[in-house]
Amino acid sequence: MTTRAFLQHRLPPISVIIAGLVLATMIVLVIFAALIAPMDPRDVSSYSLIDMEIPPSFMDGGDPRFLLGTDNQGRDLVSVILFGLRISIIIGIGAVLLAAIIGVALGLIAGYFGGIIDTILMRVGDVLVSFPTILVALLISGVARAQLSGATVSEWAPVILICAIALNEWVQYARTVRASTMVENARDYVRAAKVIGLPSRRIMLRHILPNVMSSVMVIATINLAGAILTEATLSFLGAGMPATYPSLGTLIRIGNQFLFSGLWWIAVMPAAVLVVLVLAVNVIGDYLRDRFNPKLMAH
Amino acid sequence: MNTQTPPVLDIKNLRVEYPLTNGGTLVAVNDIDLTIRPGEIHALVGESGAGKTTVGNALMGLLQAPGRIAGGSISIAGKQINTRTGRTEGIVPGRDVGAIFQDPMTSLNPLFTVESQLCEGMLAHLKISRKEARARALDLLKAVGIPEPERRLGSYPHQLSGGQRQRVVIATALACDPRLIVADEPTTALDVSVQAQILKLIRDLADERRVGVLLVTHNMGVVAEIADRVTIMQNGSVVESGSARGVLTSPKAPYARTLIAAVPPIEHRLERLPVPSEETPATLKAREAVRGKTRSAAESKEDEPMLAVRELCVEYGQRSFLPSRRTAFKAVKSVSFDVKRGEIFGLVGESGCGKTTVANTIAGLVAPTSGSVHFQGVALEAGRTKSVRQSMQMVFQDPYSALNPRMRINAAIAEPILFYELASNAAEAREDAAILLEAVGLNGQSGERFAHAFSGGQRQRIAIARALGPQPSMLICDEPTSALDVSVQAQLLNLLKDLRDLAGLSMLFISHDLAVIRQMCDRVAVMKGGEIVELAETETLFSSPQHEYTRELLRLAPSLDRILKAENTAA
Repeated sequence: MTTRAFLQHRLPPISVIIAGLVLATMIVLVIFAALIAPMDPRDVSSYSLIDMEIPPSFMDGGDPRFLLGTDNQGRDLVSVILFGLRISIIIGIGAVLLAAIIGVALGLIAGYFGGIIDTILMRVGDVLVSFPTILVALLISGVARAQLSGATVSEWAPVILICAIALNEWVQYARTVRASTMVENARDYVRAAKVIGLPSRRIMLRHILPNVMSSVMVIATINLAGAILTEATLSFLGAGMPATYPSLGTLIRIGNQFLFSGLWWIAVMPAAVLVVLVLAVNVIGDYLRDRFNPKLMAH
Repeated sequence: MNTQTPPVLDIKNLRVEYPLTNGGTLVAVNDIDLTIRPGEIHALVGESGAGKTTVGNALMGLLQAPGRIAGGSISIAGKQINTRTGRTEGIVPGRDVGAIFQDPMTSLNPLFTVESQLCEGMLAHLKISRKEARARALDLLKAVGIPEPERRLGSYPHQLSGGQRQRVVIATALACDPRLIVADEPTTALDVSVQAQILKLIRDLADERRVGVLLVTHNMGVVAEIADRVTIMQNGSVVESGSARGVLTSPKAPYARTLIAAVPPIEHRLERLPVPSEETPATLKAREAVRGKTRSAAESKEDEPMLAVRELCVEYGQRSFLPSRRTAFKAVKSVSFDVKRGEIFGLVGESGCGKTTVANTIAGLVAPTSGSVHFQGVALEAGRTKSVRQSMQMVFQDPYSALNPRMRINAAIAEPILFYELASNAAEAREDAAILLEAVGLNGQSGERFAHAFSGGQRQRIAIARALGPQPSMLICDEPTSALDVSVQAQLLNLLKDLRDLAGLSMLFISHDLAVIRQMCDRVAVMKGGEIVELAETETLFSSPQHEYTRELLRLAPSLDRILKAENTAA
């Protein structure tokens, strides 16, 4: 009885295992997208308008070459979704990483030094989070569009999106890391390091940082889903990835125009993939949060 | 004693097991017998992990699953406990068995007043009206000696002092006239003066109300002070049991003898505490290596004190732009003392007297409000040079938080060695770390492990090894042994003395335990309310204390010797 209880305690619930498998599959597909996808959506010569608006292969009028059908330009939906998924995941992870790096660094500094440095950093953060992420991101990509040429914007769109999302998201990391840093700061091993005479930077990086990272990992996983959704929203609104290099959000926007003319698959297929992706990440994130840090539930 | 009355507690062949994840079982309590008669205080002593708290939990039905009673029987007031459910027919925990826990801050609910905490149990168990319960609560508060009981009924726990809180906990335990009280380390979190009062209260209650008390403690002085009978446990088994005086004065089992010998006596000073030494040849060799590396203490003039503290004041306060909203609490008020070369200087006092603040200020963790600290003739107010930081190291109280949980032990010890360039490369620093580990009595190979693989005493040894790494000339020890078991404490105190002789260290030694201070220190300062009330040679202070407060502390400290002496004069 105890062995089984032990195993049940250690193994995550079945939903988490499924979510993990789904996410792992998506990541493998995305890494090898160029090999798996029947065509390259960025290569104009690989598709033609003749194949436009073909329904999925399992429907009447479907074509076995196009498993999920084609869009209004004749692009194979399987291929555009794979590449769109790739760009969505890259932007999501990139934004989370950038936000985590900024947030952890500022949180450590604020929590370790306290006083006026802490006050300034945290008030700046308060001001930033009082703007909705979408608004800040729209502003940044709007400014970028106004200042740069169309071609440059298309080229730099992923970087602009990553920065726009991270600018708002780092505050949450900074707050959590600041609080954990203050706790660790009062513990004897940090005080011992101070008495030894180690410089502050070394104490922060070598002693405090490894002890606050577990909560950062949990927030990062939860925020990954949010970052992917923000990117999709921006692209859907036209402020994100261009149609020539579409993310899932861009694909949904394109499909949205044809939703009521019977060509539902152009919008629904990428939307379904987005839902599955975000759901999988969320399930894993919730599990990690409950497992490692019950105190974070308020977020 | 009347043999007709059934014992309030009768434990026979009790065995408590915890299943382990690898399929085996951990026997926490193995085949113990224990009997408590009405009005008797039975002390259950042993070091951490001995299973003494498990016994208390088992009889109150508080065993944490998957722990279970695997055999034997427990009878409370003649009624047998159901070993499967942990409950007894006709016996209600809270009514027939009262509990007093260690920390009075956490065993009272901070959101309820004293009155509601006291009346809750009575209303649930005694079927009396709220008015009667209130009257009874008032009686109880009077019985446990709380001043202004009427007013205190309406107080919240945070408005009471530690001693008052523990009195309320005792009143709660007594609320339904229990036959038996389980007191688990009831005075460990309290100062000696409060401890003395609480112990007297428990003794009086046992005598007047004929309540049986199971007193779980690690403190031999407490046992000597109030217990009638004592049972010594080791690794879940009873080692020795008998009358408190008999066991304490002439223990028969070897373990009981070692345990009692390890208690530092307050009445006289020993060269070393009599615990089995664990100096292997490797330890001695490593210590020679450490001695070879020690910088000569004759760097500066001999007559100059190592540390000179003058009129040190430290205030903690609320900073504000408005002067009227600034508040200040004076933690240290004008403290002055010297620590001579090679001396162990003691600071002793009750909690909140400012002794730790003094240590933190000297170590540079807290900024002083005014006053000066000179270290080897150098004023520290202007800022600390690297060599000053290197020369002054600290050992902290809590061995569990003193080591970085994410760092290997040898890396933690090697870090300051590398930082002060006492080794030319990382490999050499690791060798030095291994030597230091040997010198503090640990295996040099164990450095590859993380802190959680070590016991509290071992961790404190590691913390000492880390502090020795920068080859300091002064060591600040803030209650280095108060979180440890008595035999481990004795070993560590011996170790610190050895290291002082070995490396010519000066030490500032802070403790609340007068017996430890007497064993360790050359001179000692007694602190009260942020001030030094008395400063003298240790032997002078203990043999002829001048200040009233010092005399009171000495009188109230629970002492094994006093019992032994009383026994000798009686014999």
